[in-house]
Order: sequence, then structure tokens, then C-alpha cells
Amino acid sequence: MTILIDEKTKIIVQGFTGKIGSFHSDEMLKYGSNIVGGVTPGKGGQTHLGLPVFNTVKEAVKNTGASASVLFVPPAFAADSAMEAADAGIKTCVAITDGIPSHDMIKIKRYMRRYSKSEKMTLIGPNCAGVISPGKALLGIMPGHIYKEGNVGVIGRSGTLGYEAAQQLKDLGIGISTSVGIGGDPINGSSFKDIIEKFEEDKNTEVILMIGEIGGPQEVAAGKFAKENMSKPVVAYIAGLTAPKGRVMGHAGAIVSAYGESAVEKVKLLEEYGVIISKNPSVMGHTVKQVLNAKKN
Amino acid sequence: MDIHEYQAKKILAGFGVTIPRGGIVYSPENAENKAREIGGSKWVVKAQVHSGARGKAGGIIVCNTALEVAQATDKLLGKTLVTNQTGPEGKIVNRVYIEEATEIKKELYLGLVFDRSSECIMVVASTEGGMSVEEISQEKPESIIRSKIEAAVGMQKFQAREIAFGLGIKPELISRTAEAIIGCYRAFSELDATMVEVNPLVISEQDQILALDCKMSFDNNALFRRNQISELRDKTQENTNEIYASDRGLNYVSLEGNIGNIINGAGLAMASMDMIKLAGGEPANFLDVGGGATPEKIVKAFKLILMDKKVKVILINIFAGINRCDWVAEGIIQALQKIDINMPLIIRLAGTNVEKGNKILKESKINYIEATTLEDAANKAVKALKELKK
Repeated sequence: MTILIDEKTKIIVQGFTGKIGSFHSDEMLKYGSNIVGGVTPGKGGQTHLGLPVFNTVKEAVKNTGASASVLFVPPAFAADSAMEAADAGIKTCVAITDGIPSHDMIKIKRYMRRYSKSEKMTLIGPNCAGVISPGKALLGIMPGHIYKEGNVGVIGRSGTLGYEAAQQLKDLGIGISTSVGIGGDPINGSSFKDIIEKFEEDKNTEVILMIGEIGGPQEVAAGKFAKENMSKPVVAYIAGLTAPKGRVMGHAGAIVSAYGESAVEKVKLLEEYGVIISKNPSVMGHTVKQVLNAKKN
Repeated sequence: MDIHEYQAKKILAGFGVTIPRGGIVYSPENAENKAREIGGSKWVVKAQVHSGARGKAGGIIVCNTALEVAQATDKLLGKTLVTNQTGPEGKIVNRVYIEEATEIKKELYLGLVFDRSSECIMVVASTEGGMSVEEISQEKPESIIRSKIEAAVGMQKFQAREIAFGLGIKPELISRTAEAIIGCYRAFSELDATMVEVNPLVISEQDQILALDCKMSFDNNALFRRNQISELRDKTQENTNEIYASDRGLNYVSLEGNIGNIINGAGLAMASMDMIKLAGGEPANFLDVGGGATPEKIVKAFKLILMDKKVKVILINIFAGINRCDWVAEGIIQALQKIDINMPLIIRLAGTNVEKGNKILKESKINYIEATTLEDAANKAVKALKELKK
């Protein structure tokens, strides 16, 4: 089992016919993702990469039965596309787009409150690498071959640091159930807590690796949730030990503006919640391995 | 993006917030006339730099004659102001704001930010104006009033009134204070701001509610639809290397150390800097060349790093995904043909086609130290630095 997507999940691509959308759709198809079509307003009726193009997400869902989408729409139009997906009944939407204004993200989240919990779309991202359930499906831009199939659930903000973790795990012979990139923006679709909650329910996930960074309350909130509600061990690494206060470190959300948001403070708070800390980014894989070994004994 | 105090105040005035009369000058010659034009018998001359705590750093001067205004302007213009927020290099004063002095009865604090937990706009207010919000939360936490505003609905009058009453404002001034608070809220929500801070918001002896100082920051991701805000950018207030970087699509933050680094992805960049620190070194910068790490970006990154004279060693750490290590290696070699870096270079490649990438580097004529893991790369960078010092 996996979370969010598997080999059967029917996927549509929003911003399908653009250069970036086309490139990554091709990569996802090669990986085996079940892409059933795409949406580009005004290009409905055309065929792209051998798949149908629709004008609206509703049309695409009606004709293909898609339940997931991935978004490669430019930042100025991305919020609109995400809300369109939510309204069309998409269950999981991954927004790859980098550069969506924070005020737009707040608008999307407010818009989605109209749906009941069972009807509500899970938005992943924006500004993220996407979701991969190794060996089953890729809904994003990760290099699929570095992910081995297995039992560790991975969540992180950064793309390449997530790849680093996947590679470390693979080198140790450890696989991943699903890896989720939640993105580096200050307001995002799903938080660390939202995703670890899904991993707790997933039979196939034994250990969770959370790759956080400076800025915002989400890592600590996830730690608190884990202590109060979870049976599975959570390993965490927090990047940004050397980041100066008040400066944005690449990701719009990576800025220390309050107590509890620096790497040192986050690590301290997570330790209090019983989260196992990977002391440095070179030992993320080893730390997970130790936890897995301890579980077996 | 940050803007100056006088620009922020002008924006607030557009939303109905009262500000003291004032004007901007770029030379001492204009200052005397400007003071007379503003009128009154007492003025405040304020250095315009992108920083708070200007008063303590000597950037705010109270004057009693128009001549003193000219002298104060002369003193401030061209000066580098070092505050506890600018770092040791300080910020240059190219503009001076002259304002009529206000007789203050009460100083208040008002700030608006995004609350990342509730995903609402948070208004923070306190009766302890004039202190920084950090000082207030340490010394007078009980004075802080917080109010969450649902962005889709906007701030309601009762919310602004509650804040005003909470600040102990007397009944006849409540509606004027509430209007000022709503004006600040509208500036925040209608202009894609990420921070609006009025500190202090004052009640004058004449019972006016005035924004005496104001700081505003805007969402860089929203500047595409805020041309009027984009035009307020003052590059003289930014680090030269950081301007060079942002104009070339690189994410760069200048730091104090001497190990320069070039990395793809913000998270991996922070992680690599952590490893440098843990290995006993200090990073000279944060630099994310983007997930793709194209040869063009690598060339630009080298040029940028070499602009920083503190840099003694360069560390490249690229995790190649869809882009492949062999392609990244070719890019590094191409870049080194164009630029002579003349210092130790540590290269760590990982990901797709890593063996091929390392083979290409080895067979090229470039002078470098190969590293395998993050830890290995950081250790080798620190070792290379130590050997230089011998």
C-alpha cells in the first residue's frame, strides 16, 4: 500500500501542452504513471503525447474518471487551476509551480473549506517536487530511478534534499512506500502533520522520515501530533543550522521570524516530542536504518 | 521586497491613515526650503534606510530651526548607517525624510503579518509602542493583543474596534483609531504585503491618530501584478552580490564565512551549509542555482562567488535528477574554461549518471578534489582551507 497515489490512480496534467508540462508528462508516463489526459484551456479536442486534451478539468474528469492531477501552470494562473481541480472533484492535486503569491494560497485554502472532509481535495505543494510511490506511480518531477520500493514514508520541503535522502536509503537497501514533497512556500496545501497522519494509516509504512527546515510552525506541529496520535516512529532532519535570522533562504518559507523556528529550536522541540533526530544530512539514511533495526529486535 | 519609511507612509495615507506632514530630500540644499514648506517650528530629520532601530544608530535627528534641518540632512546624506539590523556593513543613506515633529501623548505598536499556523492575517497590537516587537514580547507580553483576520472576508469594523478598546483608547478616539487599523489592514491585503508595521502609532497632544514610523515588506512572488510597488525598489539598500544574483535567477544570501558554495535546491543548500559548519568551517554564502543546475547557471554562480573576496575555497554539491551528472560535469568544465578560480575546488556529484559525471571530471584537465558524500565534501572543504592557512 501507499498513500495518495498508486499504479491505478488516473491522472490528468494541468498545463499539459506547455514545454515543462510536456517534458514531465513524458517522464511520468515512462515511469508507469497512469496519465489519462490533460487540460489546456482552448486546446480541448486535440491529442498530445497520444492522450486527449480537454478545455476544463470537469470535462477531463467526466471523460476519463481521473482522480488526481498535477499542475504545471504559471504562477499567475496557478491558484485558479488548483481551485478548478478542487471543484471538479479531483482528490489529489500536486502543484509543482514555483512563485504563487501567498495571498493566492490563502484564497485557495479558504475556497476549499466549502467541501466536507470526504469531498475535499488534498493539495500538495506548491513549489514542490511532487509525490512518488516507488514502483507504482510518479506524480511530479523527481528522478524515479533513485527511489526504491519499500516501507519508509518520506516527507520533505525540498526537492534535491529529498533526492539525497532517497539515495542514502537506497544505498543502504532501504525502500520507500511514498515520498511526498510539500514544498518550500510559507502557506502550502498540505502540512507535515497532514501527511504523517496519512502515513500512520498506511499499512505498508513502518517508519516516517520528515525532512524539515527553518521557518514556520509545521515541523513542530507534526512532532506534537506524532507524540499524541501515532504508533509509528518519526525520524527528522531540520536544515538551516547556519541560516541567519530574518533572511529568506531560497524557499519563500525558509525564514526565521519567531521563537521555535530556527533549526536548533525546532530540533529541541521535536526531541521533546520523542522524534528521533538525524544529527546531520549525511546520516538521514543511517538514522532510519537504526530505527528499523531497533523495531525488528 | 522592502521599501522605505516615507514610501510606506505615502501608501498608508492613500488608505486613509493620517501621517505627519513631511517631504523627501536628496540634498542638503533643498532641506531648508523643505522644512519651511512643511511649516511648524520643530522637525525630525530621518535617514531613509531599509532598517529599523535607526534612532539608536543616530539616523534620526530632532531640529528646532530650518538651518539645523539643513545641517542634519548634510550630516546624514552619504553616511553609512549601522543599526542592530543592518549587519556590520551598514546601509547607505541616499534620501532623507523631513517631517514636522509630533507632540506625543501615547505610543502604540501595530503590526500585521501572515500567521502560518492559522493561515490568516494576524494583527498584533500593544500599548508599548516604540519598542521592537521582540522586546515587547519579552518584557511586556501581557500588553500584546492578537486578532486573526480571515482574508477572504476582510477586517470587520468590530475587530478593529476591539483592538482599539484593548489598547485602552478613550471612547471619543475609538472610531478614528479603528479607521487607522483598517487602513493598515487594507494596505496589507490589497497590495500583497507580507508585513506592515506601524511603530509607533501615536496619539498626539491634539488627539490625532498618527502613523509616526512605518515598515512594509511585499511578497516577491506577487510583484508581477504590483508594478507600482516594484518601482519602489531601492537597490542601494541591498547587498551588491545579492542584486547580481537575483538579477540572474540565482538565490543567494551573503554570509560571514570563507567557504563559498554552489548547490542545486534550497534545502540541499542549507543542508550542505550545515555540514560545513559541523565539519568546523563557516559558509560564505547560501547559493541555490536551481534544480536544473544548467552550465549557464554554473558560470554565473562562479562569477558571483568570486565577487566575494572572503571566499578561499569553493564547494560544489549537485544532486542531479532529471539533469544528469555527466551533463553537470560538462557544465562545470565549460565554466572553468571561462573563469580562473585560482583556489581549491571540491566537487561532489550525486544522482543520475554519477559514475559517468565523475569520470568526465577526472579525465578533464581541471584541478579539483572529488568528494563522495555530503560529509566527505564538507570535510574536504574544511581540510583544504586549513592547508591554505599553513
